[in-house]
Amino acid sequence: MLAKRIIPCLDVKDGQTVKGTNFVNLRHAGDPVELGKAYSEQGADELVFLDITASHEGRKTFTEMVTRVAATVNIPFTVGGGIGELADVERLLNAGADKVSVNSAALRRPELINEITSHFGSQVCVVAIDAHMDEQGHWTCYLNGGRIPTDRDLFAWAKEVEQRGAGEILFTSMNHDGVKNGFANEALRRLSDTLSIPVIASGGAGCREHFRDVFLQGHADAALAASVFHFGEIKIPELKQYLSGEGISVRL
Amino acid sequence: MKVAIVKYNAGNIYSVIHALKRLGVDPILTDDARELRTADKVLFPGQGEARQAMTYLREHNLDSVIRSLTQPVLGICIGQQLLCRHSEEGNTDCLGVFPVDVLRFKPQRHEDKVPHMGWNQIQVKGDSLCNDQSFVYFVHSFYVPVCEFTTAVTDYIVPFSAALHRDNFFTTQFHPEKSGTVGEAILQNFLKL
Repeated sequence: MLAKRIIPCLDVKDGQTVKGTNFVNLRHAGDPVELGKAYSEQGADELVFLDITASHEGRKTFTEMVTRVAATVNIPFTVGGGIGELADVERLLNAGADKVSVNSAALRRPELINEITSHFGSQVCVVAIDAHMDEQGHWTCYLNGGRIPTDRDLFAWAKEVEQRGAGEILFTSMNHDGVKNGFANEALRRLSDTLSIPVIASGGAGCREHFRDVFLQGHADAALAASVFHFGEIKIPELKQYLSGEGISVRL
Repeated sequence: MKVAIVKYNAGNIYSVIHALKRLGVDPILTDDARELRTADKVLFPGQGEARQAMTYLREHNLDSVIRSLTQPVLGICIGQQLLCRHSEEGNTDCLGVFPVDVLRFKPQRHEDKVPHMGWNQIQVKGDSLCNDQSFVYFVHSFYVPVCEFTTAVTDYIVPFSAALHRDNFFTTQFHPEKSGTVGEAILQNFLKL
């Protein structure tokens, strides 16, 4: 049976991993290459490295770090942050990344998704969506790491992303991110049940029960988290044993 | 030991190179017939689209070179599919080492997402390079049906060939270079052949 994936996310700024609470208040959590290797040895199923400064400070790549990760880590990894055009994708794939994650650039110019998938295949194209739910329960997509609202509805955009050929969707709920009170399971379930591509859940992991719920209630294909792993609040081997005991298929 | 990787227009070659380097092997990436024929081991990896890949291989005369190799050859992912007779992807005639046709996954239920992406288990049936019940990493939308050359089976929508073996040709549908320590052991087993 296909295993549900556990994915530590390493937000990278100036060569160091950081993680904010609700996208602010950054704290340091180590060297991304060493951390990635440690996670893969602990049983992480994939890794995501996000260059969190790239979008708004114009930093295009962190190619050198990607090369070091590719040489060191023996599981798949995705890189994102500041990918604006096809040349960025090509450079990161050539450095050894397995997948690239596009976010703001795809919202600004959705054809980028078609270009990536037609050149490199659907499997390399992860579209990351940051969205916020208002008091009426309406989900709106945001640009630039949650700084700029758009007029796009989460579910309509996710469907368009799929139709343009993306291989996966990485959905971050801005309401849940950093709060450690569980994932946005209702929205996730609606996404997962209406899309035919895998959905990675992000934002809200605080304890192991939240991972159980995101798979059983949110129907997510994979769950991504950062700080609970970086600060050792949840250890991946113990998490996977727990999930297995709850009847969820995981790679042990 | 001289290990050669077939150079063609497929992606994701770098991860194979890195994986071999972690095992202490420095492979050469080449489309030169003599280099491929004189290597001790040949890897035929990659991700890509079957028709474009076969067009490139034919234009560079690599189709006949690959078919005629006598040393151990390891086809990975699209490498496995290209070593079969025909692929539904682009209605493409392939290399024909394995007399079986590659099909596209047809989802039966809503949960059946395509591509088949992630870690899944293999059931070993024969002389494969893998251990039974291992979890390995897959990314693919097309599959090789179970046939007489199947050495490992994975069940996703339908049971399909996770690995094949015929004479000197070994293949995996999954990516050993991305399958953690399990994958490294599979590559090591191949290098020891």
